Amino acid sequence: MTPSAPGPVPAAVGTDPAALVRAPQPSAGRASRRRAARYRLAPLLFVGVNVVLFFLFFVWPAVTGLYYSFTSYTGVGSAPWVGLANYEKLFGDAAFYSAFGRTVLFAVMAVPLNYVLSLTMATLLTSPHAKGKTVARVLFFIPWLISPIVAGVIWRWIFGENFGLVNYLITSLGGSAVPWQSNADLSLVIVAIAGAWGGTAFNMLLFVAALRNVPTSYYEAASIDGASPWQRFRYITLPSIAPTSFIVILLGSLGAMKEYALLQSLNGGGPGTENNLVVQYIFRTGFQQGQIGYASAASFVLMAVLMAIALLQVLVNRRKEA
Amino acid sequence: MALSSLPRPTAPALRRSTLEREGGSPVRTVGATVLLWLLAVLYGFPVLWFVLSSFKPAGDLFSYPLTMLPKTWTFAGYEQAWTSFNFAGYFTNTLIVAVSTTVLTVLASAMTGYALAKYQNWWLKAFFLCILATTMLPTEVILSPSFLVIRDLGLYNHLAGIVVPSIITATGCFMFRQFFSTVPNELLEAARIDGSNELTTFVRVMLPIARPIMVTLAIFSFQWRWNDYIWPLIVLNDPSKFTLQIGIQSIVGAQNVNWSVLLGASVISIVPLVVLYLVFQRYVMNADMNAGLKD
Repeated sequence: MTPSAPGPVPAAVGTDPAALVRAPQPSAGRASRRRAARYRLAPLLFVGVNVVLFFLFFVWPAVTGLYYSFTSYTGVGSAPWVGLANYEKLFGDAAFYSAFGRTVLFAVMAVPLNYVLSLTMATLLTSPHAKGKTVARVLFFIPWLISPIVAGVIWRWIFGENFGLVNYLITSLGGSAVPWQSNADLSLVIVAIAGAWGGTAFNMLLFVAALRNVPTSYYEAASIDGASPWQRFRYITLPSIAPTSFIVILLGSLGAMKEYALLQSLNGGGPGTENNLVVQYIFRTGFQQGQIGYASAASFVLMAVLMAIALLQVLVNRRKEA
Repeated sequence: MALSSLPRPTAPALRRSTLEREGGSPVRTVGATVLLWLLAVLYGFPVLWFVLSSFKPAGDLFSYPLTMLPKTWTFAGYEQAWTSFNFAGYFTNTLIVAVSTTVLTVLASAMTGYALAKYQNWWLKAFFLCILATTMLPTEVILSPSFLVIRDLGLYNHLAGIVVPSIITATGCFMFRQFFSTVPNELLEAARIDGSNELTTFVRVMLPIARPIMVTLAIFSFQWRWNDYIWPLIVLNDPSKFTLQIGIQSIVGAQNVNWSVLLGASVISIVPLVVLYLVFQRYVMNADMNAGLKD
């Protein structure tokens, strides 16, 4: 380093993070002024790409989408202003209510299932008692690697009504074939199972990290006090991993509300249109019927619901912590 | 386990860890192991059944009694999938998208995370909140207007139309922000004193120590893009540009599903990710995905 260009050396490096980016005194030389400018510009350069993308693919679509939701835009030509007409039509559409109802039902099935499974797995994988954890872990992970489309194909293959493995086993044991696909509720249950199967591994990762952070001394103390394994789980493990539980349930609910690909390949939202979930509704009205304005209105209702769900869970979480 | 069943612990026994003392309990070992393997088999079985079925001749797929193992092993489904559906093309397209998005995502996220961790400007804090907000605005919510943006940028029906919007990821930015927060400021300061400029410091000093995070995000990003469905579905129109997922769904959506081809095609599409996971398992398992949620 050259003595003519003294950098801004804070008195106590590392104690005051702000000192790192504080411009040097004006009395300093030209070189250091140039360097100070660089400190201000460097972060701009670093975040530049993401800032541009953020405006292009989040801010701009959100703003234009909100505008289009008040128009009867079809994607081409002009966008005539129709005020709240789209929203009125939406709240008068039985198909929209049905889509929302089925989506909520799906989330109510899939989220707890996923939670219990991923926590059980994480507990077993961090348990000192279980044997063969390495191979088991690989088996748990493969479903997460499989795309929703292929997962749908796999479960359709197993729960096919006329050819599926499950019905084959049931009928060979003397039962009668179960209408996995033609019964709306059953086919939604299969989607929930397939969704939980594919989503477990990621949540398991979150739980494993959380479980490893629980101090062993807690468990040792509880053992000496004669706590049963269940008591230890209930009074030490669960409270310790509460923040992770919150995240898993939050992300899970938001994800379930946006389910699309898995459903498309598993049963196409069938039988008929009975299991069309919200995103399918948006996709159908927007892209297949060209009602961009109307689909945008549906999107904003979905966004409001997602935000409400998130807010509700944050509030419940706060109250529990208080 | 009840402590009363043990001989009274003597002082040295107490000093040993709980884990050691309990590791010898046969009942708990059997219980935990059985439960673990019951679940593992439940998770693995659908995949196994599916993969084994893909080697059966088309005529045997539905012939009773069903057998676990193919009576005669055949690759016919695979050959048909590879040749009749331009699968080689889908495969290449998917690879191009996944690789280029992954490289760009890792770089952009590393730079953003670094800036968020190591510089204190009010607008950086604001941008951090903006990135947080993007998690509430997923692709599915702004589907139609995002499509219009792609169209107006001239990216419709181009692979770039899938790559560019996918570069920004909140998860990636959080992971790097979390990591770089743990890097001591002295390191950055020392580089500055040595006259290294900010960009050089980042490339020469910071990126190399962030390698584990880079690999982890790369695996996740590759998996996300390889399995993407809804976005490519909207952006692509020309069958020669299709990705694997759209190709597979087009077989599923047909009037008469050709199961033989569908099974082969699906298995082909899974293989690269499974290989990638087995190679980089360490990074996936040690990924602290709680990063960014702790503060």
